Amino acid sequence: MNHDPFSWGRPSDETYGAYDTKIAQAPAFPKMNTTQPIVTGTSVISMKYNNGVIIAADNLGSYGSLLRFTNVERLIPVGNSTVVGISGDISDMQHIEDLLEEMKTENNYDNSYVDDEEALKPSYVFEYLATVMYNRRSKMNPLWNAIIVAGMEDKKPFLRYVNLLGVTYSSPTLATGFGAHLALPLMRRVVDREDDIEKTTLEVAENTILESMKILYYRDARSSRKFSMAIIDNDQGLILKKGLQVENMSWEFAKNIRGYGTQKV
Amino acid sequence: MFRNNYDGDTVTFSPTGRLFQVEYALEAIKQGSVTVGLRSKNHAVLVALKRNADELSSYQKKIIKCDTHMGLSLAGLAPDARVLSNYLRQQCNYSQLVYNRKLSVEKAGHLLSDKAQRNTQSYGGRPYGVGLLIIGYDNSGAHLLEFQPSGNTLELYGTAIGARSQGSKTYLERVLDEFVDVQTSEELIKFGVEALRQSLKDETLTTDNLSIAIVGKDLPFTLYDGENVSSFL
Amino acid sequence: MNTVASEYSSEVQSTPIEHSFNPYSDNGGTILGIAGEDFAVLAGDTRHTTDYSINSRYEPKVFDVGDNIIMSANGFAADGEALLKRFKNSLKWYHFDNNEKKLSMSAAARNIQQLLYGKRFFPYYVHTIIAGLDEDGKGSVFSFDPVGSYEREQCRAGGAAASLIMPFLDNQVNFKNQYVPGTDGKEKRHIKFLTVDEVVRLVRDAFTSATERHIHVGDGLEILIVTKDGVRKEFYELKRD
Repeated sequence: MNHDPFSWGRPSDETYGAYDTKIAQAPAFPKMNTTQPIVTGTSVISMKYNNGVIIAADNLGSYGSLLRFTNVERLIPVGNSTVVGISGDISDMQHIEDLLEEMKTENNYDNSYVDDEEALKPSYVFEYLATVMYNRRSKMNPLWNAIIVAGMEDKKPFLRYVNLLGVTYSSPTLATGFGAHLALPLMRRVVDREDDIEKTTLEVAENTILESMKILYYRDARSSRKFSMAIIDNDQGLILKKGLQVENMSWEFAKNIRGYGTQKV
Repeated sequence: MFRNNYDGDTVTFSPTGRLFQVEYALEAIKQGSVTVGLRSKNHAVLVALKRNADELSSYQKKIIKCDTHMGLSLAGLAPDARVLSNYLRQQCNYSQLVYNRKLSVEKAGHLLSDKAQRNTQSYGGRPYGVGLLIIGYDNSGAHLLEFQPSGNTLELYGTAIGARSQGSKTYLERVLDEFVDVQTSEELIKFGVEALRQSLKDETLTTDNLSIAIVGKDLPFTLYDGENVSSFL
Repeated sequence: MNTVASEYSSEVQSTPIEHSFNPYSDNGGTILGIAGEDFAVLAGDTRHTTDYSINSRYEPKVFDVGDNIIMSANGFAADGEALLKRFKNSLKWYHFDNNEKKLSMSAAARNIQQLLYGKRFFPYYVHTIIAGLDEDGKGSVFSFDPVGSYEREQCRAGGAAASLIMPFLDNQVNFKNQYVPGTDGKEKRHIKFLTVDEVVRLVRDAFTSATERHIHVGDGLEILIVTKDGVRKEFYELKRD
């Protein structure tokens, strides 16, 4: 058998002769599209509070069930009022980082007011990413990610989600992947409706995010203890906290879990 | 007889370092009817004198909207202006669709400059034969730009281009301190119309030949023509 | 067959395994348009879902696109938004090219068919409805299938709970299966135009009922109403369970 991946699925040369790529104008090498993610980052979680937004993601890059990279930064600041949180394929994430860098550079070329009036706003960054994501899915060659853009715009918190299909939505609380099942209910307990945002302080919101990261570390096998958290506050600006750890864990519950594992009954 | 050997194309310098085709293009602007632009802190205004070829024909359009926050007036070859305004419309559109962002007036100026400059450096083409005044209101406030076929784009408080435009410019220079501080759009338009009057010869302003456009804070680009300008006459 | 699959299994499968990317998803929600004598309404719930997750409780999907036309494209949300964006854009250039002329409902409908059919072989996975007033000022609703087939109608429900709402509308708007009392089912009840208040009540009933029976419908109801005076918005809460 020929083990060259470019030859997979081809009629064997011994039987049929060399494959004529001119048939159907096929290129010499097949065009390859993404059909699955390879190295992945797990959930991104985020919520609004009365004076800004918080967003968090852990630092792990998993290769299937292997904890392959343990120091991956998945929160990307863009300018001084926006943070982009990315889950899913890490190489696609790094490509998106390049795109965002390019976006910043282009903005610097075009405007002399880049530091204030014409600074990039979260909605600009979001719209651009959403356009890229939808265009790539429409070419059947998606960027395999779920992205949350968090920031402050015109003194109001901004939070919006986009994924590999180009599907977008907003909510006072947002989470990708496992976080949508495990963390979102916890965050919605604090901020469910639009008017709950006004009642929620930074301290309460921060605690909710920390608790949610803890639950995710307990129950998501592809999560890590180490994570990053960004706060975009109306008064304090953008604060990116790196190298945080899930603290005050109690694994008491673990011994009570029955049904799988090694115990009998 | 003297004949200029260095004005046949846009890619050859004269020995004195001039591009004659570009300079001739600048002359084309002066053939067009006058248009005035000015801005205050919160508003920008265009005022233009429309011409008709003869009594039975319609008046040539002078002001073109590009987006809800941007528009331009022209002096010179109207077909060239259509090409450029169409280009600006597309660029405004692209910015809105891809970045959810109103194209900044400054960037619009850069884009036009680049497009015009390309013509001065490739063989077989000609420079645009039109001057433009671009007004817009973006994140950094109200702006007025003057575009020239040479690829120059300047930001100004007030200016005029087209036939006998010097009269309008002189007037605007004199009243600069007054109009930059006006609060309402109506007052700014009055300054604009008065400036335009300084460039008239035989004509009188009527509802037929006057065009006005305004854009500003909480005020989308609006074009006034015909009966709508009667209150400013 | 094994119930627990090993990640390193090399069993021979009887059917070929497909390795491809599915570019579509279903984001739930339902929409409803009704035309009255001199008004039209287009309503949609505000829940946004994928599978069994509620992504957002308030993500509007009915929009005022200008020229007194309201529009919604329900189904795969990314396609819905793309179609809406393209139509708004088309309208913008129609204004540039035709000196700000108002786009009629019939012209809007034909334009949307072109946008949809243009992607006949990679369709926008949406059910589209537009509502407004026709050239005579009468209420008008047009509905489209994903590839552009369209028709003017008195009323139409689209999206997740369309099959729950549509029969109710047939009965309550077009008086299907209603007969004049005392005629022994011989004389049909005569059709008449409903008032705005009656229509809003119908819409609210339709959505509260759909919310009860369909998991992808709920959270909020946004109704846009077009009259000759412009577009008006109303919002009502729906159950969030």
